[in-house]
Formats: sequence, structure tokens, C-alpha cells
Amino acid sequence: MCSLALFPPPLPYGQTTVCESNNELLSGSSTEDQLKQDFSPPSLSFPRESLKLHSRTENSSKAAFLDHSETLWMRSAAAWRDGGLTGLLNEITNSHPEVPKWLSMSSGCILALLQWVSSFHGSLFPHLTLSSEDMIAEFSQVLNWSDCVVRAFAWHPHTDKFAVALLDDSIKIYNPKSATTPTLKHRLQRNVAVVQWKPLCASALAVGCQNCLLVWHVDPCSLSTRPSAGCAHVLSHPGHAPVTSIAWSPSGSLLVSASPMDTAMMVWDVAAESCVPLQRVGGGGVTFLSWSPDGSHVLASTPSALFRVWETRMWTCERWPCIKGRCQSGCWSPDGSRLLFTVQDEAVIYSLTFTNTPAAVPSGTSKGPHAAVVVADLSETTFSTPDGDIIVGGEIQSLAWDPRGERLAVLLKGDPRAADRSPIIAVFKTRVSPIFELLPCGFVQGEPGAEPRLMQFHPNFRHGALLTVCWSSGRITHVPFYFLSASIPRLGLSGSPTLPHVQERPADFANQSLFTEFIS
Amino acid sequence: MFSAEQGCWFIRKVICWRAAASIAWAVLLLPPSTAIFVILSKFSVLHPIQTISECFSMLTSATAIFSFILLCGVIIMVGFLNFEYYTVIPTIACSKIALFGQLLHPRQLVNSLVHCIMGMIVAWCSAVTIGFRYETLGHPCAQTDGYHQMCLNEYHLILLLGGAFVGFSHSLLGVIHNMNYVSFHTVQQYKYLRFKGCLPLVVKCSATQALYSVRNFIVVYYFLGYIPRTWICKTLNLHLGSSAHPLDSIAGLLDLSLLYHLWISATFLLFTWYITLLLFRIFLTEGYSFPVQSSFTEDADHCLPKVLTEKQPMILKFLALQDLALLSQHSPLRRCEVFSLSQPGGHPHNWNAISKECLSLLADLTQRLVAYHDTVATNGRAKSLSSGSERKTSSETSGTEDFMSPRPTALMKTPASVFTRSIAGGQQSPLTAPFTPDLDSPFMSPALRRLAAPVEQGSPWYGTVQSPHIMRRVPKLWSTSTDSQVNGSSPPSPASVPSDKQEPSKPSFLAQFLQNRREQVKNFLAKRVLIVYLFNKLPEASSQALFADSQAHIWALEGLSYLVQASFSEDQFGVVQTTLPSILSCMLVLQEAVDRHFKLPHASSKPVRSTSSMGDSTYKTLRFALRATLKTAIYRITTTFGDHLNAVQLSAEHRKRLQQFLEYKE
Repeated sequence: MCSLALFPPPLPYGQTTVCESNNELLSGSSTEDQLKQDFSPPSLSFPRESLKLHSRTENSSKAAFLDHSETLWMRSAAAWRDGGLTGLLNEITNSHPEVPKWLSMSSGCILALLQWVSSFHGSLFPHLTLSSEDMIAEFSQVLNWSDCVVRAFAWHPHTDKFAVALLDDSIKIYNPKSATTPTLKHRLQRNVAVVQWKPLCASALAVGCQNCLLVWHVDPCSLSTRPSAGCAHVLSHPGHAPVTSIAWSPSGSLLVSASPMDTAMMVWDVAAESCVPLQRVGGGGVTFLSWSPDGSHVLASTPSALFRVWETRMWTCERWPCIKGRCQSGCWSPDGSRLLFTVQDEAVIYSLTFTNTPAAVPSGTSKGPHAAVVVADLSETTFSTPDGDIIVGGEIQSLAWDPRGERLAVLLKGDPRAADRSPIIAVFKTRVSPIFELLPCGFVQGEPGAEPRLMQFHPNFRHGALLTVCWSSGRITHVPFYFLSASIPRLGLSGSPTLPHVQERPADFANQSLFTEFIS
Repeated sequence: MFSAEQGCWFIRKVICWRAAASIAWAVLLLPPSTAIFVILSKFSVLHPIQTISECFSMLTSATAIFSFILLCGVIIMVGFLNFEYYTVIPTIACSKIALFGQLLHPRQLVNSLVHCIMGMIVAWCSAVTIGFRYETLGHPCAQTDGYHQMCLNEYHLILLLGGAFVGFSHSLLGVIHNMNYVSFHTVQQYKYLRFKGCLPLVVKCSATQALYSVRNFIVVYYFLGYIPRTWICKTLNLHLGSSAHPLDSIAGLLDLSLLYHLWISATFLLFTWYITLLLFRIFLTEGYSFPVQSSFTEDADHCLPKVLTEKQPMILKFLALQDLALLSQHSPLRRCEVFSLSQPGGHPHNWNAISKECLSLLADLTQRLVAYHDTVATNGRAKSLSSGSERKTSSETSGTEDFMSPRPTALMKTPASVFTRSIAGGQQSPLTAPFTPDLDSPFMSPALRRLAAPVEQGSPWYGTVQSPHIMRRVPKLWSTSTDSQVNGSSPPSPASVPSDKQEPSKPSFLAQFLQNRREQVKNFLAKRVLIVYLFNKLPEASSQALFADSQAHIWALEGLSYLVQASFSEDQFGVVQTTLPSILSCMLVLQEAVDRHFKLPHASSKPVRSTSSMGDSTYKTLRFALRATLKTAIYRITTTFGDHLNAVQLSAEHRKRLQQFLEYKE
């Protein structure tokens, strides 16, 4: 098993990780110290002060207007429209003088009964009592989402453009090849939890937000900096909000979305705006989705100690109960045969393998493994550095695996109460075939005081892997890992990787005890 | 239709069995739903235990068993009607009058009548089951002189009539919402899971639909209820009971228990029918795996390449295309068979047949779109050129036009040109698909409409019959006038008048006179509100009709693109490479045509989504699905092959277009 003790110690204070080359992580004292490279995506910064935040939420703006007395019928209708049955009952209960006493009494009783039932339901699934904003923060892959300037980030799967969702509910699209940066704003686009580009398409961007799911069509040739709201299609289903996770199928035909409030996972045919709810007993919601790169499986985790792995041919699922907590994050190997996942309150990474059954034989369930294997232990480890002891390790916020399956980035939560245990990104070297191997690579650190919040690998970086990290300061930086891919480049990643100026040495890790499948 | 399809092995061996299985399941599901209905209809809050014991005794009684057998018969009949009337290509009415035409079609009338009768039978069964005051049609009542005689039990009657009304409205709504249209889902699921997923929707739909139907029925009964009542009294020699309220009064109808029983029995009726329909849809659209090639010659007709090329029955073609899309996506073994060479000879027959059929499907759609666009665009241009003279001759016409389409710059069609085209459509073979949407123009004379009427019935997919009109796309400016002259009739449109003046051969004075008269009649008619209402085109209906069968094209695109993608690594003999240029150019041409079509008004407006209806509205969004699939398909090929595509022979225009895709700029 690979543990943090094998890692090289974190960088001293003031140093930032620049890149990996020749099998080691290079550091520099400032961000200008970047290596010259033929592809350098823009490193952006969004200072918190530059964003124009909403001074108040939409609901509270009611107070700014004069009270207008409407008839009871009008108010009841409005309450029914806005708040449903509970709203209507509330309205009737609260307007004593206008309604007969028995009506207000009985509606009050029904309301109390409903609240009692829902509190009972809430005690079964505690997350249901959260407000939608808290719920997104709880289940998002972003560390400390509610306080984060960059709330979501997505690379386009085929080109070098990316979308950034900001704290002020706008989404900006950056393309190194074009001067315009379109800003997407929509009335319904509030509290963006996740964005993702549609594969095999140049323009479609799916956005999961508080009340619905939006699919933007951003014409790459358009010069407009503010695409109109007409470019967005709203996908909504009653009870399916807030959306905390979405995943496009790698073939670009389907989109799945998940909400912790809804026990069903929605499979959308986006163009036809139709959806198929996939529902199974247990779990009490769906929080995180991840579609395997080969398109055969979907990981769906729930708020309780249970996750499911769906196979996408006939949409049947396997149940995977966890022992301790819910599945927090997961990622698939490029060939879709291996799933790495982490569980809340545990500092280990588990692995599951899936053998692809020949699809000509329609089998009921995909033949999966019987138990997950622990492949890495990230429990707390103390490193002694010149600046003093640094404790690294603990719970895991999210996982990211580069598209070639050679680098695995792990975002460790740290402890917000302890000053010396800030969040940090640990990077592993991995190999998927012939046997699964996990070797330590190092820690990725940013400027002093900046904590990593969100990370994603570039989907087709030619010279290795490119990790994009969004920091708490509002910066977005890119850390390249230069290496020669051991496996054959995947389809679609045309061309062999030309080395920039870094030569690679063969790795000699023979003297360390590392994780391979044979050892565990 | 049914007898014609009987001959096909697929209908005999697969579809019939699927329909039978769905009906069997529907019959098997009848006891639980009946039990629930009995409990709900007899339930009283005050005596729950008594209710249950009553229900038990009810369910085991002889009348219950008899009515249950009747219900089974009804379900079998409904299943049979579903099987008889289903279609995989929806019939889209482009105007109100076309919709009325559909409703009044003899076939539909028979359907409505049968549903009416079955509704009454189900209502009788539920009346017997509910018991209580609903049980019989007559009851003994005492007259003032003490002489006993039979009186009419109006509660029983209202339940029976309610059932008949709900059955009738079910069949009418079936036409309006295209309930006989069977759509295929993009998400494959097992039958049981799909059924389980749809069950809540069915319950919701039947409850709401029953509510609306009962509301309408009560209104109708309030006004017209005395007619059937007196008729029944006369024929059966029953007397009207004088004691109770007559039920077509407000006091009589405000009986909550009566309303509840009406509603619950209507819900029961609709629920059992919807379940039958749902099961039929689920069974019918289940994927069928055709063998790609067979080692026995007698099975050769059942293999995928052969089956794909067949035109009839439609369901066979659809299932074959669905199977193609699935196999290209999911099964490497069967893909391998597609790419294989024939054993003696070494020809890629499988691939050739499959790719040829898919390409011809796509080319057919392209032609349809181009022809449609040409006619529309021609009209727009001719109109803009001749607008001055037209305004001089008839100011009323332009007035009505503005009323019809608020944006004259993007004019969908001028009435005159529609008129011309409808002549052309009427005189050509009735299978000229692209003109289906245009037949019901507001200014078509009844005679011409009758000529063109068969097209309404024909599915728009007999399109391989290529009329000269479809083939022609070159003459754009004056095509209206040339058309009418080719067809031998006098030019009837004002739009073509100025063009005629420029031509050497002028039409005779008589023709001019006739045309002017006709023009006046048309103008006169165009001002009548009812006529405009009936004949006015529904927006986007023509677009929907053009893409009505696009599910087939979507599968063809998916199948082709996945096969081409897989060929990059799996095709050992390079059989795909030979067809790659034609596949690419076909897709690019279609892409261009689709792009142009979506620039037309109404084409890109999204329809309103209606969730609470059993009618499948998938056909309304098929064109968007096709556009998305087409783009994805081209991207799939370009992403897979990358720069290798530069070695493929393509025309310069297509290469330019392809470069856009390679750079992700589409």
C-alpha cells in the first residue's frame, strides 16, 4: 500500500510547484518562474473584490416593496404557485381574520402534521433538512464551496478552452485562440455547482445549478461577449433540485444529473428535452456522478453509506454499501476497468475493478468484483521541514485522474481549525496495465496562504498531464507534468507526444515499498 | 393494412407474439387493479372493517366474476385495437381542417364507436361492482295509487353514459395527442424496470384525464342529459322516478358521492386502457437482435443487411435500425461480422448493404429538406420581387398575409404559391412526401384538396418515389410559374403573374379572367374568420411533419458513425475506407440542409413540453435530436480520424466544411 510517508516533504514556505519534469516536481519562488512551453493556457486571477456580488437574495427583495393588500384568493393562488401545498396551508393559517376559524385551525393542524412527517423523513436522511445552498456545499467536489470564488471549472474535452463559474453566478469561457471571453448569465443560473462540456460537440455546456439544469450553446465563432438567455435550454424536473452533479456520456448523446433531494437519477436526452428517471430503493438521493471514459459504467453515490455503479447498456445497477460513510468522490481509469473512490471520514483510497463483459451477451449485471481493495493510505503524516513540522493527510475531498491514467491527484481536506494542516494536493504516479501501480510523486502547492479548492486535468495535453488548480485566492494555475506516456496514446489524441525539452529518465523506485496489485 | 402486413415473417413471428404477450400481461394485471378499484370505490372512513369484508364478499360473487370476464374481453379488444392502429411514424395534422379530417376518417369513426361501447361495458362492470344505488337500470317504485311499476335508475344511467363519454373522449384525444404513435427510447431498459418507472405516470395521467373527462361529461349531461334519459324511458318502457332530483339539475349533480364514483370509475377505465397501451409500447419497442450474417441460406432474409433494406413493415425497419445503432455501439463481435468479407469472393457484402441503406436514408432526408426549402425560399424571393405589382392588384391579399405571418421578410409562404404547389402535389403521385405539410393551405379549392387528400394518409416515408419536383432544385426564381406550366394548368398565382409577363408566351385572356375570379373567391374566403381558423397552418407543424420519421435517420447516423469510429481499430480489411468519402459528404450535405432548415421561421422554436399526457410527444422534438445527432456523428468521425481525413477524397467545399469540424468551430 502506498502511504504519504513515502512522499517527498512539502516545499518550504513561499515556494510554489511549477511543473514536473525528469520525474521530479520543480518549484519556484514566484509564479513568473514558469517554464517556457509551446502551450501555456492563461493563468487567471479573480480577486474577490472584483466580483459584483448580489447584495441580497431574490426572496428577501420582497421587503423592499410596499405591502400591497390582495384578496385572500389571490394570495392563496400565489402561495400555491410559489410554495405548493405547504405554502398554501401557511397562507391560510396566517390569515386569521379573513378565513373561518375552522379552516385556519384545520390547515394549521395539517401543516403541523406535514412538518412532523417531513421531520421524521429528515431524521432518516439528515441532508434533507439542509437548505439548497448548504446542500450544494456539502456534496460538491469543491472544497469549501460556499466561500469559493471559482465555484466550478471545466476544460473542453477536445480543445484548449475552458469554462469558469464564479461566485457572482456568471460563467466565463476562455479560449486561448480567441480574444473574446463570453460571459454567460441567466435568470435561473444561481449557485452553480458544476459545469461540464458536452463531448463531441464544440458548443454545448451543461450547468447544474440551484433550481435546474441549463445547457448553453456557445457558438465558438460568435464574437458576442454576452450570449443571450435564448442560447440556454432549461432542463428541469419537479423535485430534481438542487443539481449537485452532472455527467455527459463520453459519446455525447446522454446527460445524467443528480440531486440529493431526488432519489431518482435523471438521464436526459438533451436535444429532445426528455428525461428518464432511474430510481432504486435506498440512499435518499444522489450526490455525485462520474461516467467512465469508455462509457460503460456510471458511478452514482448517495448521501447515505451506499453507492451504485450503473452499467449503461441496459441501465441496471450494482449496490455497493460502504461501512463508514458516504462515497465522497471517485474517478475512473481511462479504459473504464478500474474505479478509485474515497469514503467520507476515511483517509484511504479504495479500488474496484470491472471486467468488461462482451456486450454481445446481454448479461443481467456486469460481473464486478466482490470487495473493494484499499490502494492508498493517506492518514496523517508529519514531515519535518526547515519551517517546522507540517502535518499532511486526512480526509479526501476529491480525486482526479489524468486522461492517460498516469497521474492521480488527490485533494486533501486538511483541518480548517489547525493552522499547520491546510488543504494540499498530493499527486501519485499510476499505471493501469499490465498491473495497477501507485507510486508517490509529490505535493502541489500554491502561493503562500492560497488553498487549493478545485482541480481538474486537461483532457488532452500532449506532453503528459496538465493539472489545473483553482485556489482560494481566486487564482487559476496550471501545473504541467511532463512525461512520456508508457501506454499507447488513446484514440483521438492524435499525434505522438513531442518532448518539449525535458528528457525522461527511467524510474527507479525499486528500493521503495509501493503499491502494486501483487503486494496487497 | 393488417392483412397486407400479415405476410411478413417478422410480423407473424415477432410482433404478433409481442402484442399477445403485452395483452396477456395486461389481463394478468387486471385482478390487482380491479381489487384496488373495488376497495377505493367502497371505502368508507367510518366502517373500515366492514368495507373490507364487503369487498371480499363482492370479489367472490358471481356477478363480479362475470363482470371480470367482460373486463378481460375489453382489455383484449383494447390491446387488439392498439395493435391494429399503432404507428411508428406519427401523422401530423398541419391545420385544424386536417385534424378534423383525421377525426372524421371512417377508420377513426369505427375506433371511436368501439371505444364508446367498451367504455360503456367497463362502466356497467364498475356500476355492478360498486353496487349500492348504481346496480340496476330499473328499480321498482311506488306510484301515488299504490300500483308498483319499474322506474328508471338514473344513477346507473349516468354511470353508463359517463363510461361511454370517457371512452369516446379517450379515442378523440388519442388522435389529437397521437396516442397511437409508438416512440423508441434512447435509454434501453429491461421491460419490468421500464414498466415500473412508468407506472406512477400512468396513475397520474389516468387520474387527471378522468377528472377532465368527468368535468366535460357533467357539463354535457347537464345540458343534453334529458335526451338519452327520455329515449331510454321510452324504449324500455320505464318511468321517471318522481321522488328524487333529476340528475341533470344543479342540485342533482352536486352529489359528491356520485361525482366521486364517476371519477373513480373513469380513472379505473382509463388506467386499465393506459396500462394496456403502455405494455404494448414497451413490448413493441424492445430491442430485437437480428443476426448480421447467417450460415444457412434460408435465414438470409432474416439477416440485418437484408432486413434493413425492406420498406414494409415500418416497425421491422425501425427495429433493424435500432439494432444497428446498438450493435455498432456496444458489441465488438457483431461489428466484426459487419466488417467481415464474404467467404468465396471476399466482398464486404454486409458493410456495403448496411452503409448503402443508411446513406440512401440520409440522402432521402436531404432531398426532402432541400425540396422543402427550395419551395419556401422561392416563394419568399418571388414575393419580394413582385411585391410592388401585387400590392397594386390586390391590397387585401397582402393584408391577410400580414395577418398570417407577422414577419413578411421571412415569409413562410404566400398563399398564392401554396396554391401552386398544392396543384403540383395533387397531380403528381400521392406519395410526394415533402408536400404533406403544405397541402392544407388556406386557399386551396376543395377540388384540389380532394385530389391531394390521399397524401394525408400516406406516411411521409415512401419518399424513395422521386417526383421530378423533388429532384429539381436549380430553377429558383421562376420555379412557380414553370411548375404550373409543366403541369399544364393555368398559372393561378398572382406571384407568377409578373413573371409571366416577362416570358414570351403569355397565357390567354380566358385564363387570366379565370384566375382573377379565383383570386377574388380566395380573397373573399380569406376574410372569413372561421375559414382562416380552419385552414390556417399550425406553426412548426410542417417542420414536425418533415422530420416525422427522423428516428430512423438518427439511428442511421449513429450506426454509421459508431461503425466508422470502430473501423479505425477493428476494420482489418479496410472495407470502411472505401465508403468513407461518401459517408462524409452525405453527412456534410445533410448538415448543410438541416442548418438551412433551422433558419426558417418556426423551425427552431421549441414546443411546449406536456408531461401529464399518455400521448408521446417525442416526435415534436425529433428535429432537434436529429440536428444534435448529426453534429455528434460528424465530430465522432473527425475526432477519431483526425488529420488522416486530409487523405480522404472530398470536394473542396466539403473539405472546408470538414476543416471547421476538425477545428471544433461548428
